[in-house]
Amino acid sequence: MNGDGSLERLRREGRIVVVGASLAGLRAAETLREKGFAGSLTMVGDEPHEPYDRPPLSKQVLLGVTTADRTALPRRRDLDATWRLGVAATGLDMAARRVRLADGDEVPYDRLLIATGVRARPWPRPDEAELDGVFVLRTRDDSAALTRRLADGPRRVFVIGAGFTGSEIASACRERGIAVTVAERAAAPLVGALGGVVGAVAAELQREHGVDLRCAVMVTALEGDAAGRVRAAHLSDGSTVETDVVVVSLGATRNTEWLAGSGLGAGPRGIACDAGCRAFDIRGIVTDDIYVAGDVARSPHPLFGYQFLSLEHWGNAVCQAEIAAHNMLSESADRLPHMWVPAFWSSQFGVNIKSVGVPSMGTEILVAQGSLTDRRFVGVYGYQGRVIGAVAFDHARWLPFYQHLIETTAPFPPPFPLVDRRPDGQRPIDADFPDPSLPTHGPTVTLSGYSPADRRMTFTPAH
Amino acid sequence: MRLVVDLNRCQGYAQCAFLAPEVFAMHGEEALLYHPEADAAQREKLAQAAAACPVQAILVDAVDAPPEAVSDER
Ligand SMILES: Cc1cc2nc3c(=O)[nH]c(=O)nc-3n(C[C@H](O)[C@H](O)[C@H](O)COP(=O)(O)OP(=O)(O)OC[C@H]3O[C@@H](n4cnc5c(N)ncnc54)[C@H](O)[C@@H]3O)c2cc1C
Ligand code: SF4
Repeated sequence: MNGDGSLERLRREGRIVVVGASLAGLRAAETLREKGFAGSLTMVGDEPHEPYDRPPLSKQVLLGVTTADRTALPRRRDLDATWRLGVAATGLDMAARRVRLADGDEVPYDRLLIATGVRARPWPRPDEAELDGVFVLRTRDDSAALTRRLADGPRRVFVIGAGFTGSEIASACRERGIAVTVAERAAAPLVGALGGVVGAVAAELQREHGVDLRCAVMVTALEGDAAGRVRAAHLSDGSTVETDVVVVSLGATRNTEWLAGSGLGAGPRGIACDAGCRAFDIRGIVTDDIYVAGDVARSPHPLFGYQFLSLEHWGNAVCQAEIAAHNMLSESADRLPHMWVPAFWSSQFGVNIKSVGVPSMGTEILVAQGSLTDRRFVGVYGYQGRVIGAVAFDHARWLPFYQHLIETTAPFPPPFPLVDRRPDGQRPIDADFPDPSLPTHGPTVTLSGYSPADRRMTFTPAH
Repeated sequence: MRLVVDLNRCQGYAQCAFLAPEVFAMHGEEALLYHPEADAAQREKLAQAAAACPVQAILVDAVDAPPEAVSDER
């Protein structure tokens, strides 16, 4: 690509293959065309559907505002792509530059983008996971199936895991008047992402909305009836909850198995890539023709000590896809780093929750505005004397200000006199994150050290 | 007509809910809840809402019906 015209040839008549036809894959493809890529573009996706948006699946769809089949993503432009939908990629030959598909086809590429995302971690006991009435929520089909069951008027829904998805499901059920029990292994909901101080607020919110919230318990077994329908969940405290619907919300597993043996630095933690989205091979050498974006990627972030971050965030998928697409078509001097400041939102129990930075790196939290008791506040997270993250409950308009503090590595606690400060916000307190070696439902940001080909990961499912 | 709102960007100003109430609504004090697929009859209002959003968070389909939307279930 050194000014020998090959980049020009790539742009004119090259072959780009995108594996994973969802948010990151679609946005990357659009960006490639916007940047003038005129060659052939192939979109490979194992789901039969055109790219759709996942956040509504646990919000608008469960609330009945829309249906799961009406969540397709809008297009920024025509793609003129060859779509291979309903076909999984099953292998990669890096030397021959080919992707193998489940139907036996092989697709050659000059540049490959991997955006295979994650999938819901299933209930670990297969016989129990297969009971009728046991669901996960990741795909359009999952959401449609769960919504159908909710429409039947179940007596109770039992949610395992109080991360964002589990909490949103509980919220939607309550809004529909359905009885809900939530079981969480940690001391409170959302602790993996936001820590125990904010988790306690989330717990109050749930209880106030009538959720039967059980924390610091594990689900030991799911029990079915003679017809194979789930009828009860057994908990580690010896109690039993009768239920007709169980939703397993134990976080996600990265879709990297299809790359096993390919030589790419891909494993259970995702695919390691540099800040320019180029994938590492298992030797720790960066490739120049394979790029990664979205939930499946983990990449070093200069603002966070160059640690590899895996971000299961909508905004990250969009931004990283655009950077990857840009870099695929650029000379090395023109490449851009993916330096997006992590951000996500959730809405549950009528509260708008938004976050910037990496709260889960924080050791301390300061309630800088509003108050925890009103459940309207901004919590600022500190790590080694600097501002590292912030979360807002119904205070979203202030977050850009805190994002600026994170970007400029402002000191923590912030030195300026804080506006609208209440008694519980005057000094930093321990943010109370659980021991990271004891994962709960899986936080939405994972820090995974430095080694590109790091395959060491232990996960203890919360059962 | 498909649409998506970048809710990282959205500041809950509710202009959209005012201009196209059939598509956008506030849910609680500041969370936005929207229809990801709006009726064609909403085209005009939706365009107004997208244009009025102070942070340009609303993305509306630029393409009517992409071919892959209707076929290709190999
Ligand atoms: C219910 C739910 C609610 C959410 N809510 C929020 C929210 O409120 N805020 C927020 O910031 N984020 C939210 N997210 C997260 C957000 O949706 C993801 O970050 C985003 O979808 C990531 O996009 P992606 O393209 O990287 O991966 P994915 O959307 O996971 O797409 C990957 C695609 O690749 C396909 N694939 C996998 N393996 C293969 C293979 N071998 N061959 C071909 N195709 C393959 C998968 O089937 C999938 O279609 C939510 C997610 C869910 C599930
Ligand atoms: S107008 Fe824009 S910022 Fe305001 S609520 Fe609508 S999408 Fe959000």
